[in-house]
Amino acid sequence: MATQKQIAPTVSAKKVRGEFVKKVKEISGQNLQMCYQCGMCSGVCPAAADMDISPRRIIELARLGLEDEIANSKTVWICASCLGCTVNCPRGFDLSKVMEAIRQLTLRKNVDYVRPEDIPPEDRAKLPQIAMVSGFRKFTG
Amino acid sequence: MNLAYYPGCTLKTKARNLEEPALAAMESLGFKLEEMDRWNCCGAVYSLAEDDLIRQAAPVRNLVRAKKQGKDELVTLCAFCLNTLKRANLLMKQEVEKRNTLNSFLDEGVDYAGEVKVTHLLEVLRDRVGWGLLSQKVRLHLRGLKLAPYYGCTLLRPREVAIDNVQDPIILHSFLEALGANPVGFPESTTCCGSYQIVRGPSTIVEYARRILRSASNSEAEGLVLTCPLCDYNLGQGQKELLRLGNTFKEMPLFYFTQLLALALGLTADVCHFELNYGNPESLLREKGLLSRVESLSTSGGPK
Repeated sequence: MATQKQIAPTVSAKKVRGEFVKKVKEISGQNLQMCYQCGMCSGVCPAAADMDISPRRIIELARLGLEDEIANSKTVWICASCLGCTVNCPRGFDLSKVMEAIRQLTLRKNVDYVRPEDIPPEDRAKLPQIAMVSGFRKFTG
Repeated sequence: MNLAYYPGCTLKTKARNLEEPALAAMESLGFKLEEMDRWNCCGAVYSLAEDDLIRQAAPVRNLVRAKKQGKDELVTLCAFCLNTLKRANLLMKQEVEKRNTLNSFLDEGVDYAGEVKVTHLLEVLRDRVGWGLLSQKVRLHLRGLKLAPYYGCTLLRPREVAIDNVQDPIILHSFLEALGANPVGFPESTTCCGSYQIVRGPSTIVEYARRILRSASNSEAEGLVLTCPLCDYNLGQGQKELLRLGNTFKEMPLFYFTQLLALALGLTADVCHFELNYGNPESLLREKGLLSRVESLSTSGGPK
């Protein structure tokens, strides 16, 4: 289990990236202010135990514009887009789209999270096509 | 009755054991799954980015072509394809500006606005055949087989495309009951298998597999019933990885729902390709006397 960051990050004018908040909203189509931080998303997420920042905190950091904290976290790369959070959110907020937006903001800088050539040839031969295509859509730019 | 059918890439290679028994079983029920002309990969996952329409081109092109071929319904077997095609279809129905952009970009000569209904084979069995009639058509009751229906994610989430109740689905349960099997409910039946995380290596999905398998095993299931080739791969690889890490447990055989359908309708085990499954399901079927009974059925005449 990963150790989750317990210490609240400091918020300062220097660190807040207004442009980042705007882009996350644009790409996700989600109103980040809708979330009231109940933590249902973290409760139902089957991967939360491995995340260094919980799903609930990702929303909070995103709306504060703390781009660096989010960029240094592995949470959005561990998310499997299972949509457990989406169907359980009492506010109708779609966190899966926010996770996607944050992934996209990295991938669009031509940074691949997974390099196809790093997948062992024996795995490449066995993996079903839906795994390869979806993996590349989520992890490569 | 002919039904327009979209197979998707995986069913033609790695998941022939999902497709081939389905085609044969549906034919014996009087439905021909007619593969649509000129289909392409659906894109596997629905793009969640609002500003990236190019990723909708693949699923939408399949839907436009289905319309051009005069189809008003497209049946899928793969849970991933169902989800991606159905969500893309909703986008074309509901978002006028994006629809116009996509229609113009695809340049297929017809305007598409979500007219083709995307359905899963389980819905055809539930809504068109009906559990009562299916039960009557069964020649080999799968009595004594304790099977855990595993739904995974894409048949049920998001809510707008779910084929059943999101929190408490029963469609696979009812299906198994119609075949005479003993469905076993288990708490993790809708928990994700780890999905595409597997491209980062088997260690990424091992805890997902552990949770699902332990839950099914605690409910005394003898096998898992699946609808998705990625769930199949991850739960098979997950078991291998758990064994490699030194865990000891009885391996859980994996079945596709279509294999059980074909078997129950009296089709021979050859059409099911059990040799492609993880966990040696044939051994479980033999133990229950089901394989010898289906062989004697096939020598006494074809399915009625």
